[in-house]
Amino acid sequence: MSVRAELATRAPDEPFPLGGRVWRSRLIMGTGGFRSLAEMEAALAASGAEIVTVALRRVDPAARDGSPLEVVDRLGLFLLPNTAGCYTAREAVRTARLAREAFGTSWIKLEVIGDDRTLYPEPVELVQAAETLVGEGFVVLPYTNDDPILARRLQAAGCAAVMPLGSPIGSGAGINNAYNLRVIVEEAEVPVILDAGIGTASDAALAMELGCDAVLVASAVSRAEDPVAMAEAMRKAVEAGYAARRAGRIPRRLHARESTPGAGRPQLA
Amino acid sequence: MSADSRADLAVVGGGIVGLACAWRAARTGLRVEVVERGEPGRGATHAAAGILAPDTEAEPGAATLAALGRRSLELWPAFAEDLERESGREVGFARCGTLVVALDRDELDVVRREHDVLARMGLEAQLLSGSECRKLEPGLAPVCAGGLLAAHEAQVDPRRVVAALVDALVAAGGVLRTDAEAVGLVREGDGVRGVVLADGSRVAAERVLLAGGAWSGRNGLAPVPLPVRPVKGQVVRLRAPADELPAERMIRSEHVYVVPRASGEVVVGATTEERGFDTAVTAGGVLELLREAYRALPEIAELELVEVTAGLRPGSPDNGPLLGETGVDGLLVASGHYRNGILLTPVTAEAIEALVAGTPPPEAVEPFSPRRFA
Repeated sequence: MSVRAELATRAPDEPFPLGGRVWRSRLIMGTGGFRSLAEMEAALAASGAEIVTVALRRVDPAARDGSPLEVVDRLGLFLLPNTAGCYTAREAVRTARLAREAFGTSWIKLEVIGDDRTLYPEPVELVQAAETLVGEGFVVLPYTNDDPILARRLQAAGCAAVMPLGSPIGSGAGINNAYNLRVIVEEAEVPVILDAGIGTASDAALAMELGCDAVLVASAVSRAEDPVAMAEAMRKAVEAGYAARRAGRIPRRLHARESTPGAGRPQLA
Repeated sequence: MSADSRADLAVVGGGIVGLACAWRAARTGLRVEVVERGEPGRGATHAAAGILAPDTEAEPGAATLAALGRRSLELWPAFAEDLERESGREVGFARCGTLVVALDRDELDVVRREHDVLARMGLEAQLLSGSECRKLEPGLAPVCAGGLLAAHEAQVDPRRVVAALVDALVAAGGVLRTDAEAVGLVREGDGVRGVVLADGSRVAAERVLLAGGAWSGRNGLAPVPLPVRPVKGQVVRLRAPADELPAERMIRSEHVYVVPRASGEVVVGATTEERGFDTAVTAGGVLELLREAYRALPEIAELELVEVTAGLRPGSPDNGPLLGETGVDGLLVASGHYRNGILLTPVTAEAIEALVAGTPPPEAVEPFSPRRFA
């Protein structure tokens, strides 16, 4: 078989199993922060994402006409409600139940925020809310700190994935603690989805190279000068990072090593 | 049931846009009738702060909208002057300027980026240091790290504009029907020749202008798609002693704007919420507005809290208005102005006046045909 034919038959990506379903795209998109609905629609389409997350607090599920929800429906995307804006377990659980009622889905991206300066997760409330919601049959995808112990707790609680942050939400600061992220990935038996801090395409590629199963991007696209171009860049970055990881990178060395071996060199003199 | 009537132009919606179009058309000698389902100017107009800031409100990728806004800002002084003269009322037009402020290092990066974007779009705003900002506005918090000044931008008081438009419309021979809800259109062949009201009466008209704000897409009147949706905004009104305003200019930070008026009114806005037709005022909305306004201008803590309002902006898919012919004979639309309704009122009225008179509308209006969504 020619190289070209072999490439054609190879699946571009391993399918991505999450929550008992299998997905093709490893990029999950947020819907907040877009300047217009038209821009949001074009960017979501360009991202190739299948899953998009929407804050229940920010939309009225009953008002679909011409709303962001109508865009999600029109593109045929899977709507993942989130509990953004919740500060206690009780509030988050209540919001998740409302979301299940409103959207007819038991999937929930669980966010319990500790304070509004850092928007870091509140770990104790998060675990408590996760346990409650798993007990009620939800597919729980928790936004968590980049803390391997907390990630393990959430996994033990029955969460369908863990979603560690790379850096604070909306900061665009990239991946601040690659070490912790690697430990989380190494220990995880559920998918690891990088959830916050992506600023540009190389951050998303790095997350995938570090072993994340998927990446969630919101502000980096919605607040970019050209959200549609950035969405496409993110799609390519996630694909590239994932492919690079599977391709097996070379070890880092201190000193150079010529790419063409010295032995067998033509003797010219 | 009120009596049937006859007009050259029937306008559905008595907000600032509908009234302005009606007034300008009435001045040309046309018989104009406005039907408003409640009281005039009680929708989005009532909540609006009246910021006329086409440059500092411009967004990347929206150059045609910025051009439309600039054209309308150029029209505002003469529009206000005519209106004040014909109504005998003041409308509070003031070229006070806008100062966009950064209150920490992160926000300064955002302001610098905004400056770059505006410069590339050919818009006017001058980058200032923190101390330069505070020299202009000593009421700004000392943490102010820098800002963007657009001295040519202006404000107007939308509630006063509505009061003036009502009087000027009547003075020009126009008719305003309040508590008159349009429930249907009079169809004649493929065209539209009037409006049917909830009480069963009719306004027969050569042309109908839909200017129902957030409700334009909803009421089922238009036989063509008008993708206009409500986008809720909460706004707080404070009162300062007229000689002790917290700022001279309109102050905008990343999260909030503060509009001080000569009357002593200080408007703090606005949230942006996709909540359908809900107009509830929420604790969280008010908290956010006041907290951010206080961060920028600490003196506002001393002011009297007068009013909290929520209005529904008519949002369109691309944030641009729907202006002009719908493609249905006799049916025009002026809606979807989103966050720019007050700013775009004069250019909207100019465009509708031209279309009704059969003369070419201003060039800047062309990209905003409602048919772009057909």
